[in-house]
Amino acid sequence: MATLALDFTLPLRSFELTLALRVERTVALVGPSGAGKSSVLRVVAGLAPGGVAYDGEDWTHLPPERRSVGLVFQDYALFPHLDVRRNVGYAGPPDELLERLGIAHLAQAKPAQLSGGERQRVALARALARDPKVLLLDEPLSALDAHTKSEVRHELAELLRDLGLPTLLVTHDYEDAAALADEVGVLVDGTLRQLARPAELVAAPRDAFVASFTGANLLHGEAHGTVGMTQVRLPDGACVYSTDEATGAVGVVVYPWDISLAREHADDSALNVLHGEVSSVVEIGNRVRVRIGPITAEVTAASAERLELAVGARVYATFKATGTRLVPL
Amino acid sequence: MIRRALVFGAAFVGLAFLVLPVVAIFARVAPGRLIGQLGNGAVTDALRVSVETSAAAQALVLLIGTPTAVVLARRFRFRELLVSLVELPLVLPPAVAGLGLFAAFGRFGLLHTTIPFTKLAVIFAVAFVSGPLYVRAAIAAFEAVDGNIVAASRTLGAGPTRTFFRVVLPLARPGLAAGAALALARGLGEFGATIMFAGSLRGVTETLPLAVYSEFNVDFDTALAVSALLVALSAALLIALKWRPSLSTSRFRFAASS
Repeated sequence: MATLALDFTLPLRSFELTLALRVERTVALVGPSGAGKSSVLRVVAGLAPGGVAYDGEDWTHLPPERRSVGLVFQDYALFPHLDVRRNVGYAGPPDELLERLGIAHLAQAKPAQLSGGERQRVALARALARDPKVLLLDEPLSALDAHTKSEVRHELAELLRDLGLPTLLVTHDYEDAAALADEVGVLVDGTLRQLARPAELVAAPRDAFVASFTGANLLHGEAHGTVGMTQVRLPDGACVYSTDEATGAVGVVVYPWDISLAREHADDSALNVLHGEVSSVVEIGNRVRVRIGPITAEVTAASAERLELAVGARVYATFKATGTRLVPL
Repeated sequence: MIRRALVFGAAFVGLAFLVLPVVAIFARVAPGRLIGQLGNGAVTDALRVSVETSAAAQALVLLIGTPTAVVLARRFRFRELLVSLVELPLVLPPAVAGLGLFAAFGRFGLLHTTIPFTKLAVIFAVAFVSGPLYVRAAIAAFEAVDGNIVAASRTLGAGPTRTFFRVVLPLARPGLAAGAALALARGLGEFGATIMFAGSLRGVTETLPLAVYSEFNVDFDTALAVSALLVALSAALLIALKWRPSLSTSRFRFAASS
C-alpha cells in the first residue's frame, strides 16, 4: 500500500509545528484546538509549505492542484453558488458518488438548503470525485449534532475501510479518533507527543496530557516506592497504590471504566478506595458517567440504578492497583 | 412631546430640502414639452457623447479596475498605501482632478500627449473619477470571498486561473455589480474634471451635465429637459442597485443545521 510521508517544520503564530509522520492507512491527529492540527492538513494539501512525499514522489514543491489530495474542510467549504451535483462534479464525474453517499436526491439543491450531515456528505463526495490518492479530513464530525454524529461516525469508518486510501484526519475528540483511525497521534503545541494504536495509547500513555486526552482520570500526587508497589500521596492526604514504578511528582492515570462504585466500604487491601459525594450523573447510552470528587467513573446503567446513584449520594469508588498507570508530570 | 415634534420637524425639513430641487425640475415645465425638448439637436448630441464616453470609460474601468482590485485584495506590504492612492481621486476636488489630468497628459504635460479636448479626454476624466469607486467596491467584494472555498477549488484540481473564473468571480459578482453601477452613475454626472480637461465642444466633448450648464445660459427649458433625463438615468441606476437584495443575502445565508 502507498505511503504518505510528512516531514516539516512550520512556524505558526505562537509556536513551531514540527512533524515527521508516515501514513499508510488511517492516522488521526488529536489535540486541543490551536495545536496546529489543521495546519498539518494544509501542508499535505499544498496550501502551506512543508515537506510531503507520496510513495517516494516528492510533492513538496507541487501546487495544490497538482497533488492528488481530497481535503474535506471543517466548515466543508462547499461552493455556495453551485448545486450539489455541480459541487461534486467540480473535480470529476459526480453521479456514482452521489449514489454511493446517498445524496442523489439532493443533486439540484444548493448548499444553503442542506443540513449539516448532508453538507458533510457532499463535501466528502466532492473530495472523492477527484479520485485522490490521499484523503484528508478536518474535524469530520465536529460540526454534527450528537445524534447525527454517531451514525455518521459508523458510516465514515466503513467508507474509509472500503476506500483503503492513506487517510489523515484531525479531531479534538479522542473517541472519534479511536473509532475512525488505526493509529492516533496526540499533537500538543505543535509537537507529536505520542503516536500509537488507540488501545496502546490507553494502556500506556506517555504523559499526563496524553492520558487526560484519552479520557482518563488524572490524579496529581507524590510517589514513594515501597516493596512491589508505589504509594502515591494525594494532596488531600489520601493514598493510592500503583503497580507502576515511579518517584516524585506523578500523575495517577485511571480510566473511568476501571473504577467500580459501591455504597459500602469493601474491605479489600488490593483495592484503592476513594470516598466522596456524587456531584453529577450523566447517562451515555447504556452507560452512566458518575463524577465523585476529582474522578469520573463509568458504570452500567443497571448498576447505577441498583446503587441508586444520584447527586449528593455518598459512594466508595474503588480501582485496582494494576488498573493504574503512573506518568511523569 | 416637544422633543418628538422637533425631531420630526427636522426630518421633514431635511427630506423636503433634498427632494424639492428634484421635484422642481419636473414641476416647472409640462412633461410633454420636456419630452419635446429632448428632440433638440444640442440634447441628442450631448446624449450621444455621454453614452459613448460613459460606455467606453466603464469598459476601461471594468477591464483595468478588476485586476487592480484582485491584486489589492491580497495582503502585502504597503497595501494600505496603494489603496489610499487609488481612493485619492474620490476626495479630490473635480477641478484639481482636471488640472492633474492636464498636467499629466497635456501637450506640455509629463507625457506630452494630444489627448486634451478630445473624446478620449472625456473618457479619461470620467474613468479617473469613477474608477476608484468601482475598485474600492471590488476590493471589498474579493476580500469577502471565503479563503477556504478558494483553497477547496485548488485542492480539487483547479489552478489559480480556473479557480478565479469558476469560484472567485461568481462569488464576488454581486459586489462587483454594485460597484460598477455606482461608478457608472458617478461617471454619467462627471462635470468638473471633464470641462477642465476636455472642454465643452458640442458633439465631441459636451456630455449631458456640460449641456445642462451651457443651455442654462441659453435656454432654461432645454437645461431642465436634460436635467430631467439625468435624474431619470440616475434613478434607474439607483433602483437597479437596490434591486439585487435577493442576490446578496439569500445566496450567502445558510440554513440552520439540523
